[in-house]
Order: sequence, then C-alpha cells, then structure tokens
Amino acid sequence: MIMIEKFTKIVSSAVPLPIENVDTDQIIPARFLKAVERKGFGENLFRDWRYRKDGTPNPDFVLNNSKYSGTILVAGKNFGSGSSREHAAWSVYDFGFRVVVSSFFADIFKGNVLNNGLLPIQVSESFLTGMFESIEKNPSATFEVDLETQTIRNNSLGTEFIFDINPYKKECLLKGYDDIDYLLSLKKEIEVFEMK
Amino acid sequence: MEPTTLFDKIWDAHVVNKIEGGPSVLYIDRHFIHEVTSPVAFSGLESRGLTVFRPQNTVATPDHNVPTIEQHLPIREELSRKQVETLTANCERHKIPMFGLSHKWHGIVHIIGPELGITQPGMTIVCGDSHTSTHGAFGAIAFGIGTSEVEMVFASQCILQPKPKKMRINVEGKLGKNVTSKDIALYVIAKITTSGGTGHFIEFAGSAIRSLSMEARMTLCNMSIECGARGGMIAPDETTFAYLKGREEAPKGAAWDQKVAEWKKLKTDENAVFDTEYTFDAADITPMITYGTNPGMGVGVEGSIPTGDDLTGSDLATFLKSLEYMGFKPGEKLKGKKIDYVFIGSCTNGRIEDFRQFANYIKGKKKASWVTAWIVPGSKQVEQQIREEGLVEIMESAGFALRQPGCSACLAMNDDKIPEGKYAVSTSNRNFEGRQGPGARTMLASPLMAAAAAVSGVISDPRE
Repeated sequence: MIMIEKFTKIVSSAVPLPIENVDTDQIIPARFLKAVERKGFGENLFRDWRYRKDGTPNPDFVLNNSKYSGTILVAGKNFGSGSSREHAAWSVYDFGFRVVVSSFFADIFKGNVLNNGLLPIQVSESFLTGMFESIEKNPSATFEVDLETQTIRNNSLGTEFIFDINPYKKECLLKGYDDIDYLLSLKKEIEVFEMK
Repeated sequence: MEPTTLFDKIWDAHVVNKIEGGPSVLYIDRHFIHEVTSPVAFSGLESRGLTVFRPQNTVATPDHNVPTIEQHLPIREELSRKQVETLTANCERHKIPMFGLSHKWHGIVHIIGPELGITQPGMTIVCGDSHTSTHGAFGAIAFGIGTSEVEMVFASQCILQPKPKKMRINVEGKLGKNVTSKDIALYVIAKITTSGGTGHFIEFAGSAIRSLSMEARMTLCNMSIECGARGGMIAPDETTFAYLKGREEAPKGAAWDQKVAEWKKLKTDENAVFDTEYTFDAADITPMITYGTNPGMGVGVEGSIPTGDDLTGSDLATFLKSLEYMGFKPGEKLKGKKIDYVFIGSCTNGRIEDFRQFANYIKGKKKASWVTAWIVPGSKQVEQQIREEGLVEIMESAGFALRQPGCSACLAMNDDKIPEGKYAVSTSNRNFEGRQGPGARTMLASPLMAAAAAVSGVISDPRE
C-alpha cells in the first residue's frame, strides 16, 4: 500500500495571487513538461511570471517578494483552468504549498490536487476578498485550516468559512489513502462487470 | 421510467460501484495515452509491482513533442526524444499498441482515435489530455484526466469520478456562409465564459448541430473544455454511422448492424431534465476571433474589443493585464490588424475538412509576404488525404508548405514556437499567455479566418 502524506491542521501565513482565470499554462508552461520523473517541478512554478526573460527573478512577482510566505496560496477565481497536466499540481505542491484557496476551481485541476495531498478550498467571494485584504494589511496574517471540521479561519478578521469536500476525498487526505489501493481491492467486481 | 439524458445512459451503464457519499467507480472502454502525461503513471504502476490491466484497451501515440519536419531523423531535442523513447519502451513492456512516428497511423491522439474507428458511440474514453472531450462528438463520454488517474486506469481500467452535472446547449437554425463549428465554439464560450461549464458535462443539440459534419462536431466537442466543462457530446446519428462505417476498428458485417441498432438508442429522452440549459440562434453567430488571453475573450470579426467600462476590481485588473499582454487597447477594432503568423492544425482543427476549407479559400491567391504559415496535418492519414486530393499543389502555388503531423504550435513543446510579441492567428484551442511560445500573442479562429488572415496579412472577414 502506498501512502500519500496525511493532511492534518495547518496554521500559516499565505501568499496572495489576486489574478482570475490563472490557467495551467501559467502555473507551469508546456516546455517544462518534458521530464519523465516527478521531481523538481516547484522550480518552474509560475515560471514566466516569476522570472524575467534573462532568467533573473522578477521582483514584481509575489513569489519573489520576501514579505510573503507560507503554505497557503490564495488565488483569484477560476484557478487552474485549461490543460489536464498534473504537473501543475506537482509544481504547486513541490514549491511547498499544501492548501490552495480560491472562489472557484477548474474541475480537472481540483481533482489533480486532491490526488496529490494538496487541499483545494473553495470559499465565497467575500471570504476571499477578506483574505486578500488581511494579507495586504499584514503579510504575516495567519489563517487556520482544519480539514476535520472543514473550516478555514481568517485570524485577522476572526471570520470562518465552512468549505465543502467530498467525504471520500476527505477521508483519503486525513488518512493518507490512495485511490489505486481502493480500485485494486475491486478487481473481482471489475472482472465481473467486464463479463456483462 | 424517468426520462434520462444521453449522458446518464452511458454513465450509468459504466458504473461498477458507487462509494457512499463519494465518487463512482467508472469503467473505461478506451484509454488513449501520449508521451507527456504517461511516464510518471507507468513508473508509479511499476513501483507497486503492477502491470497494465487491460493493455488491449489502451492506444498510444507520441504527439505533443514531435517535430513537424524531418520526422525520419532522430528527435534533436534531448528531453523530447527521451519522452518519446520512454513511451515506446513503456508500451513495449506493457504490450500496449503504439502508433509511433514512422507508423502510417501516427498522429495527434484525438485525431487518430476517431479516424481509426477506435472511438465509438456509447463508450467511456479517457486520456491524460484535456481535449479528450473531442471524442464526445460520437456520442461517447470522453474527458481528460490527470496522471494519477492515468495510473488508476492502467491498474484497474477504472477511474473514480463524481458524476458531473448536466448541461444542454442548443444551437438552432442555419449557420451563415463561412461560419464554422469553431465559430460556434468561440461564440458559446464568449457567452458563457471560460468557467461557465465547470462541474458540467455538455450535450450539444439543435438543428445547427445536427447539420454539422463529424469533423465539425469534433471541433465543437474539443472546445467544450474551454468553457470549463468536463466534456461535450452529441447524440450519434446517420452522420456518425456513415463516418464510422468501414474504418479499421469499426465493427464489421452483422456486428456492425447490431451495434448501429444499439447506438440508435443513445439519445436524450424527451422531458429529461438538465441542470443548466442554453439556447442560441445560429444566425447570430459570425466568424469569431479572440483578442485576449483566454478562449472566452472572443468577438465577431466585425466587432470590437470590449471597453471594460462595466468591470471593476480584479475583473478589470485581469482584463487589462490580458490586453496589455496582447498589445491591444479596450474598444479597438480587430479587423485590419496586421498579423505575423498563421497556424492551421491541432486536435481542434487538424482534420481533412479543415485543410479543404483552407485550400478552397486560398486557391488562386497568394500568402502575404510577411506572414509565416505553419500548415500541420493532424495525422499521417490526414496528410495522405491532403496529398491525394491535390491540396498540396494548391497550397504550394499560394506560397504555403505542408508540414508533418503533431501537436506543433498549439502548445509549442517542439520547435514550432511563435516568437515573442508576434501575432498568430491560430486554429488551435488556447490563447493563454505563452501558450504558443514565451511572449507569443495568439488569436484563436477557424481555418477560414486563418486562411483570410494568411493571404491578406491582416485580420479579415472570410465572408468578403
């Protein structure tokens, strides 16, 4: 049985990315999809926004601003649209994020992050705005994520949001289970299904 | 019995098991793989000590990385070559049929599946590629998956999926002259936005959809992911059966008749309920072109870029950021703007009909001197057909050269990159920042719009 990292509670500051429709080509451009192994993708997370043409870090991009840090990425609505490349989820995870917050996620990206021990939290527009404002006021502002109670708390404002998650996926994340073990346990049923 | 949708019928017939309060275990009939999203799935599978459960239901082709000239030579770029070699080795080890670069059936995965008759009505089809939605044109449930899910299908021929919501998009009436299914797609996405379909599976219906050829239906279903939907589908009909009949993997003889009888039952019942439904009038659709950095930012060729006056906050910031990247101003007209590159190809518009339309338009005309054009067939079979129909001569006398099959400039993983700051009218599916190369400025359009731009050198209306 292969275990993925268990997700528990997180208290962290957050990195703000108040841009909408961030597509997977921005998260990781296609030219960095050429590896045959799953490693080192964090280096190329948001590559073309993060680095200038000459390869030096772009000081205007949030990941290069030392004021901001933490394991929570907060992004504008419709995050992760476009391609099915799981490399996008790997790069976000490999960079060090464990939670992505947005008011809306693209379907495939959402599925991909859940399969990689990364928690996508869909919040209301107003809660998202509150998060952006709190970080703007104080880049060290902290947020608490509790998967068990499905709660995200903005400690600066004292506000809470109860988020949705598929109960099966919640269990997988909490216990570090992986889908393939489950599917393998169904081999008999699958073979019976094929005979129909 | 409660009326059900086409989607329900196929989905329900493939559920092996349902987890209480969770996803369904969905059986997958056909699994397409390519070199970019499969290697990590193979190594994951092998690290568990497993082999591919149903290799005969899997089909592989290298398409994303391959060069579109001199395909008989080894791939020059080392990482691309390694990905293709890895796919070849993995397929050999796991006994998966593969149509490599030298094979007569090589091509883009979403082009070869249908043209070989591997894609059939009523099937569930997945691939580690979002444009798997293409295959829905045959009345199949087809959708893109991540690499973890590719591994699931390798291991068990099943995938865990929550059942999406259902949407129907009706397009009624008759399309205008030189208005194509690409224009329908860009029009619909502009109307419902790039996230309008999220959480849904779309059925396209209505008289305008019924009248489309299979190639045109594939273009439309291909683009359904661009409004955020998991996939799009069209109920199979005589057009579908006529396309499939006689293809390599299509059933033959009595089996064919039996299958057609089954396929005819694949349609949405009257009074079936959709979670969301839209109806559009085909007469309102004109040749479309995009001006921004997502496929929802499109207008009719005679229209103007929105002013953005009605936007505020992050909506406005995102809109302005996009126009800045494109080098456009709010409220500007697009027609007459000079362009630098034209790309005809991709899983969206790389089929024979697309090249016929292109050739028919440019016949007797000349390519604008400042335009670089990449004409890339979707498969070897398409390339062959282009040659047999004499389209190459038409292209060559107009100053265009035909390249070899692959994904090419759609995502620029090979050498076909649009240079920084240059404008490309592209028949592909995404105009994201840097999609066609760092700094490239993509304007999505139909093959006819691309043909008009290629010969005039500026954004032009193909109806004129």
